[in-house]
Amino acid sequence: MDTLVSKYANSASSASFDDADNLGQNMAGWDAASQFALPAFDIPMVANPVDFLRAHTDASAENRIRIQHGTTTLAFKFQGGIIVAVDSRASGGSYIGTVSLSISFTTSQTVKKVIEINPYLLGTMAGGAADCQYWERELGRRCRLYELRNKERISVAAASKILSNMVYDYKGMGLSMGTMITGWDKSGPQLFYVDSDGTRMRGERFSVGSGSTFAYGVLDTGYDFNLSIPDALELGRRAIYHATHRDAYSGGSVNVFHVKETGWVFHGNFDVNDLHWEYQAQPKGPIV
Amino acid sequence: METLFGITGKDFVITAYDSKAVASITLMKIGENKSRELNPHTLMLFSGEPGDGVHFSEYIERNIKLYGIRNGIELSPRAVASFARRELADSLRSRKPYSVNLLIAGFDVKTNKPSLYWLDHLASLADVPFAAHGYGAYYCLSLLDRYHREDITEEEGIKLLQKCVGELRTRMILNMPDFVAKIVNKDGIRLVQL
Repeated sequence: MDTLVSKYANSASSASFDDADNLGQNMAGWDAASQFALPAFDIPMVANPVDFLRAHTDASAENRIRIQHGTTTLAFKFQGGIIVAVDSRASGGSYIGTVSLSISFTTSQTVKKVIEINPYLLGTMAGGAADCQYWERELGRRCRLYELRNKERISVAAASKILSNMVYDYKGMGLSMGTMITGWDKSGPQLFYVDSDGTRMRGERFSVGSGSTFAYGVLDTGYDFNLSIPDALELGRRAIYHATHRDAYSGGSVNVFHVKETGWVFHGNFDVNDLHWEYQAQPKGPIV
Repeated sequence: METLFGITGKDFVITAYDSKAVASITLMKIGENKSRELNPHTLMLFSGEPGDGVHFSEYIERNIKLYGIRNGIELSPRAVASFARRELADSLRSRKPYSVNLLIAGFDVKTNKPSLYWLDHLASLADVPFAAHGYGAYYCLSLLDRYHREDITEEEGIKLLQKCVGELRTRMILNMPDFVAKIVNKDGIRLVQL
């Protein structure tokens, strides 16, 4: 009986404390700290989660977490805005669940490596697919909240800094992400490179992924700020095609986007096999 | 490999950083800013682990600026260096230490003296007449030992820095250095052409 009474007495008193706390919070209004707090993940309660993970997984472990995969992505600024072009191959898969899956894991050729954060912001995806998708979606949520609160769109500089700060908090815990954030804001077209070691830089021309060196080769030599829009789209497409040709971990098809003042526009998906024969049939043209 | 330089003179400190951003074998960008102005007379240069430099130096910058706003008086370069060292030392004893090498160049408006602090990623702090971080240090510290005087003028300082950069251009195998130089003196911080 006593226990029963004390149980109800406690719950009643704690409930009233809770109410008082809630009341205080409601009266305090919007709590900026909690809104901008990072989402919390469970990580091993040890000094070094990476060593912990390494100790508990090895190459033959069936639940080994695999995060790297090949990619070629690129983006560049020019007179007409920004061109974003990517390949679409996911090799190895970003996660292998069971032994049977690991044997039959296939190479997907139809991965969307451009993440449409909102109608004015694009993010590209290299490294861990899940990491890119998760954090860029989270970025999209924060950008929308910013827009609702401030009645204007967030700048690309601010958006990319939010992403950089979010992933920097998980530095050294195994995130793998190399992304370009592009968009058009008050100060014009903007391009930023952000990666999972916390690097963030503004630039004119970036390529990311295992095929990036090959893409740079074509992109740098063919680049001119005054390129027309069709020529710029073609340069982006061609640079990715050549990268897929040389980099075994890139392939599938090329997706091309154009970022304009009115937002981004999708300019099509091109199978690299079709492109290959198309380019083979063409004369190579003069060396400018 | 990132290189930072700092040289004190009679009434100034001249600093330089190579402005290249490198990711493995790829040069991602030329013109990356590897310095932050902590207050009107103190400049911090950083190199090291990608990401850490910007995050750490912006954290220090904001705290130093906050101090200035709160108290209506700026911290001296010596105080700034001690603060940065302590933050780095505390970080070193945490689960995820910052891995950054720093140079703090300042002009103390109270004593009218320039000062340069060398701070490595293990948070050891040294007050030095000249300093270098990175591979460039292996070539240029001897050169600075040979030519540096305490009373050099700004023109001589720029010349000396040009000698250092010239030596790297002749001996460094990878990437031709592309340096950005800044001078800190009684008037504040300004860019100089090398």
